[in-house]
Amino acid sequence: MTPTDPGPGPTGRPSATDVDNPVEDSVDLTAAQAGAAPLVPPEIVAQSMREYLHGAVLRVKGGESGMLPVILGLVAIVIVFQAISPHHIFLSAGNIVNLFQQSAVFMVLAMAETFALLLGEIDLSIGYVGPVGAVIAVQLVQPSTTNWPWWAAIIVALVACALIGAAQGSLITRLRLPSFIVTLAGLLIFNGVLLIVLGFGPFSGYPTLTGSQPNLRALYNLMWGHINPTQGWIVMAVIVGALGLNLWLRDSRRRRSGLVAPPVGLTIAKIFFMAVVGIAVVAVCNINRAAVGTLEGVPWAIFIVLGVLGAWTFLLQRTRYGRYIYAIGGNPEAARRAGIKVTSVRTVAFVLCSFTAGIAGLLYASYLGGMSNNVNGGQLVLYAVAAAVIGGTSLFGGRGKAVHGVLGGLVIGGIYNGMYLLGLAVQWQFIVTGAVLIGAVTIDALSRRGNTTGAAGR
Amino acid sequence: MDEASVDEPLLRVRGLYKSFGAVQALTDVNLDLPVGEVLALSGDNGAGKSVLIKCISGIHEPERGQIVWEGRPVRIRTPHDSAALGIETVYQDLALADNLDIVQNMFLGRERLRHRMLDEDEMERAAAETLAGLRVTSVRSIRQPVGSLSGGQRQSVAVAKAVMWNSKLVIMDEPTAALGVTQTAQVLDLVRRLRDQGLSVLMISHNLNDVFAVADRIAVLYLGKMVAQDKTSTFDRQSVVEYMTTGGLGVTTTGLPSDPGALSHDAD
Repeated sequence: MTPTDPGPGPTGRPSATDVDNPVEDSVDLTAAQAGAAPLVPPEIVAQSMREYLHGAVLRVKGGESGMLPVILGLVAIVIVFQAISPHHIFLSAGNIVNLFQQSAVFMVLAMAETFALLLGEIDLSIGYVGPVGAVIAVQLVQPSTTNWPWWAAIIVALVACALIGAAQGSLITRLRLPSFIVTLAGLLIFNGVLLIVLGFGPFSGYPTLTGSQPNLRALYNLMWGHINPTQGWIVMAVIVGALGLNLWLRDSRRRRSGLVAPPVGLTIAKIFFMAVVGIAVVAVCNINRAAVGTLEGVPWAIFIVLGVLGAWTFLLQRTRYGRYIYAIGGNPEAARRAGIKVTSVRTVAFVLCSFTAGIAGLLYASYLGGMSNNVNGGQLVLYAVAAAVIGGTSLFGGRGKAVHGVLGGLVIGGIYNGMYLLGLAVQWQFIVTGAVLIGAVTIDALSRRGNTTGAAGR
Repeated sequence: MDEASVDEPLLRVRGLYKSFGAVQALTDVNLDLPVGEVLALSGDNGAGKSVLIKCISGIHEPERGQIVWEGRPVRIRTPHDSAALGIETVYQDLALADNLDIVQNMFLGRERLRHRMLDEDEMERAAAETLAGLRVTSVRSIRQPVGSLSGGQRQSVAVAKAVMWNSKLVIMDEPTAALGVTQTAQVLDLVRRLRDQGLSVLMISHNLNDVFAVADRIAVLYLGKMVAQDKTSTFDRQSVVEYMTTGGLGVTTTGLPSDPGALSHDAD
């Protein structure tokens, strides 16, 4: 396997004397590292903000750009659509909240897909697995039939999704079938299941969430409910305060004990950025966005997205299980030899993928105000993959974060929303989204190529 | 045949058999590895060197035979079993995940936890200590991804990963095969340093320069059989080459299946 293998026989080698006395005590296997320098994340070597910025620029030049492209893309989308949308309506409070709500489904679905992508796999079925969970919940809360409480309906829906994930994951990991095919079959199968479940009850295939019955309202409010402006400020202050304090304490503790830590300026900049985003979001959401009457406050959907983001970021970055997902995505053989139970870790990842898709499905049903056969799951899953990749998650496994799905979902939602405002037909929305995806994959492939030069690859 | 060692060897392999389908990879293999010595395992391609170390490190389970560790018979079924005994293996491909950083790779599969969360601070401290102990000092940051390291750096990370677990035996599979002259010398130096710290090293190599440079003992496999095993001083280059290529000394027979004999001397 090794290209420089000396060959079958040792007889052709020169005498050993030249290596018998190596330079003693100078074991430094690090001679040839200059070329790799730009690829080192700047926040782990920089001692000051100046060094950090310098390192960051080098890194982008070296093709390792992190989340920069997606953030630039978001800025571009905002500028372009604000400039060309009729009456510059794009940045109006009503439209921004609408954009968040439209994007929420893509964001959560993209976070679901991230579990598969991190393993270097793909899950094409979630476009219908999520809606299957949703239709189960919508059917169960119908007052005229089962009349379940909303929380029980949600639990059953999410458990059903998790079981679907377990079934598909087992086929993929235990029978070693390709995930592409298994989940492609799943896309078809659960489209069928969706239609069957839709047909139950006296709703002609259109169970809705409209009505004043509390269980219907609860599901409907996942997307359309909101907290009042004062609560919004309090919750935002608590979240930003807790995250900021946590970040500050961790970074300063690491700096004190001489561990690798970002410069003080960067920590402060991060906290400042979080606070600005938090304040901006709450301020915009608290503007009255109703044409008549009052409609203000942060939608629950934002907190649901943040909750999923927080939970999965914690799982992926702070727990042993998350570490194993990255290890398997980076080098499955190394993971296996390290004693990691690769099969179960991968199976559970598919369970989490489908489970999260169930959350996205519930948001989707709430957005639509019910369920119908008018669900384009194929398009949903492609948008989910696109959102994750646009956000910076690699299709080749091992690189990506939950937050990438959120940012990519915003990009997809922004394009979707902006094109709609322009009155452009849906075909243009497809074409633009496709072009953005090509751009994102190109960046991914290029940075990957840059990342493995000089190393043995995997 | 000088003095038979009175001490129990660290590792003793007796009558090991392993086959893959119709292919008999190992036949009645015996091996002794004393404490604090470097044993070079040689043999031509396909002789079964890798299979043997995989049986010791728990990747493969042998069909028959006994592995005795510090005088006690043990069964090694998984990499966890061998790690629990103090056996660490550095594979030829190094088994590093390029997307993880140095600390994450060194603790892969054995992460330290605090409140059920990864204890990154503690792991980083321990990793830095081990790297310093091996005098691997000039990686830019131990938080950089392994994919951004040079070949020699990767090798040193893999070795550091192996020695940080209070291991007693480090197995290395062709540690120098992919390296240039300078880096080879540095890796051999690292091997000597492991021995100086009291560890035993089992090193696969069919590069005789490396073998004679660091090994205290040499063992030669030929077509799945152990054909020679003794102190390095009892061999010369010519004899090792002959064992590797013909399975015997000046003979035309195909090896000595049940007679580890001529050059092997077992304490029992």
